[in-house]
Amino acid sequence: MVGKGQALNRLSSPDELEGIRKSIIKQRDPNKPCITICGGTGCLALRGESVIAAFKQKIKRQGVETKVDVRITGCPGFCERGPLVVIKPQNIFYQRIRVEDVPEIISETVLRDNIIDRLLYTDPNTGQKVIYEHEVSFYKKQKRLIIGNNELIDPTIIDDYLAVGGYAALSKVLFRMSPEEVIEEVKKSSLRGRGGGGFPTGIKWETCRKARGDIKYLICNCDEGDPGAFMDRSLMEGNPHSVLEGMIIGAYAIGCHEGYIYVRNEYPLAVKNAGIAIRQAEEYGLLGKDILGSGFDFSIRISRGGGAFVCGESSALMASLEGKPGEARAKYVHTVERGLWDKPTNLNNVETWANVPLIINQGADWYTKIGTPNSKGTKIFSLVGKVNNTGLVEVPMGITLREVIFDIGGGIPGGKEFKAVQTGGPSGGVIPESLLDLPVDFDELTKAGSMMGSGGMIVMDENNCMVDIAKYFLTFLEEESCGKCVPCREGVKRMREILTDITEGRGKDGDIELLERLSAVIIDSSLCALGGTAPNPVLTTIGYFRDEYEAHIRDKRCPAGVCKALISYHIVDEKCPGCRLCEKACPTRAITFVEKRKPVILDQEKCIKCGICYDVCNLDAITVK
Amino acid sequence: MGAKQLAEKVESILDNYQRDQGMLVSILQDIQAEYNYLPKEALVEVSQTLGAPLSRVYSVATFFKAFSLEPRGRYLINVCLGTACHVRGAVRILETIERELDIRPGKTTQDLKFTLETVNCVGCCALGPVVIIDGEYHGQMKTDKVKVLLENYT
Repeated sequence: MVGKGQALNRLSSPDELEGIRKSIIKQRDPNKPCITICGGTGCLALRGESVIAAFKQKIKRQGVETKVDVRITGCPGFCERGPLVVIKPQNIFYQRIRVEDVPEIISETVLRDNIIDRLLYTDPNTGQKVIYEHEVSFYKKQKRLIIGNNELIDPTIIDDYLAVGGYAALSKVLFRMSPEEVIEEVKKSSLRGRGGGGFPTGIKWETCRKARGDIKYLICNCDEGDPGAFMDRSLMEGNPHSVLEGMIIGAYAIGCHEGYIYVRNEYPLAVKNAGIAIRQAEEYGLLGKDILGSGFDFSIRISRGGGAFVCGESSALMASLEGKPGEARAKYVHTVERGLWDKPTNLNNVETWANVPLIINQGADWYTKIGTPNSKGTKIFSLVGKVNNTGLVEVPMGITLREVIFDIGGGIPGGKEFKAVQTGGPSGGVIPESLLDLPVDFDELTKAGSMMGSGGMIVMDENNCMVDIAKYFLTFLEEESCGKCVPCREGVKRMREILTDITEGRGKDGDIELLERLSAVIIDSSLCALGGTAPNPVLTTIGYFRDEYEAHIRDKRCPAGVCKALISYHIVDEKCPGCRLCEKACPTRAITFVEKRKPVILDQEKCIKCGICYDVCNLDAITVK
Repeated sequence: MGAKQLAEKVESILDNYQRDQGMLVSILQDIQAEYNYLPKEALVEVSQTLGAPLSRVYSVATFFKAFSLEPRGRYLINVCLGTACHVRGAVRILETIERELDIRPGKTTQDLKFTLETVNCVGCCALGPVVIIDGEYHGQMKTDKVKVLLENYT
């Protein structure tokens, strides 16, 4: 099956591509109302599926199929407010939609142009209702060059991608540019790898092109093991053709005929949509043999990962692609020279590939106007954690962290104090309040001891313990270390043990210094970047929040109230009305009801510090000390 | 499950990947999707048909976190412990489920109803903490909602 109503036609020239594009656009009436519903994993997790079904069913039942289109799109980013529905062409933005709201949206907004007040977004800072998507504060400061198309297209219909200009860049390079010219353009754009390392993409391509070997491979890394990040998932789910187009252009430039998409099996929708996109592109002659009649062949296969963080590292990923355990190797010889099956292999991540069509279409000169001197273009971040507006944000490089967290993210919920933002995943570090005016780009974040990473931006407030965060990442890395080299396998484990001791009240003087010494050794002697960057979360938390470490070690106190061994829960007598909510929820019956309007009593002996009472209490009558 | 049926099923999965050794991880994914875990007989079959040493099939099956060599319960519970979920209290959600089911992560309840596992991020970070049961995502979890949630699965 191909897109809606199109005859199955293999395109064999650029003119045919433009012809089909024109006919698709002609068939579409830009003024016809279109209900776009997010079909991304986030909104589906919020029962979006039933909302989608309800829209389809009601439209059919009311017999208005000819008056309104429905489009199930990729993720528009504002997951926190999902399920999201945008009514086009006006771009009326409805959020947190439930099945019950569906009939009214159709009868009032779509058919009568009436806005339904209660479904609008209320700005948490001004208290005002916002009607249109582009007026929502979350979107205002963004520059959605890459992810913006997500909400214009149904990822399972290639015609939707063609309608927004898809595959024009591919046609341009195949017929009007030499491979060298493509590489030159990408080099000129200063595009740097979005997977974390920030290596210049054009130089990587050039090295791979020049590497000796008749067979060369091309890989799209959609492993995205970085916890707290989901940019690549959303792109692959929401606009897979943009990634394919980037890959085909890269393959032409480098001289590859076989490519792989390595995608985590934890992303079932991304696997599915990538598969559909590959099939449709093949049917249109945009992938496979003799692409667009140019004589250039390129095919793509999907390979699924098995939940190993280290497989985001290029040599481990390639081992896994060969059907071996994902162990990294020392890279005296780079993978662009000897990678998959010992052949020259060019690997870039999803977001990097998705930038390529844009650069080709708009030109490097245009592209380099966005960003900072050494980091060009935009970057997508997953803005999550303790922040009001969570979701995916795409911003120009050089924007400050403060703008991202407070202007786009709307600040910290519940009137709490901002403490730190974590970037770069387990390889990155935390950045404190004092550095919030730092411009976001590859070099500035590295200078602060963290890194850009793939784009996770996890906001933490006063209730997050920095020692606990360091322990969290080291626990993660200990589990995910492939175990091949000693510094990483043993060193990370020792560091985690020391951190566990500190969080459980067994910390001693000298532990901080020992952590610092171990860090230096692990950084210098690990085989791959997993170990080489593993100490970053520890070093940055020590660097910026040494007092918290000292409170744990010397005073046996967790200032944030997180580390179980060092805290206890208490009833605030003057706030507790004896409502019994906590008493009923307590799994160990540690809470005793006295009588109405009298505070309950908490028995510390029986308390297992599970925190359920703290969660159920609506009156702040339980504190952590 | 008869030995013959198992062999046939594994063969058909292998055929989907043109018996390509490089696709071993995907092949094991499909076998696990079929049987809920990786039966020993299936690993032997894979090794023989692909001509890959059993030790290598086994090393891949034990390297990746997603694979299980033991039968799992009817419903697989995955508690996301990604960073975004962690800072919003995922550990307490996990502990609550452990207490409710009386099992540790990686284990299955005696009635074979639930298997409890953890996962290091499913990319639903904006909705953390997230719990996935039987492929269904449950976002913005709270400790006091766990019990009701588990009762929905019978």
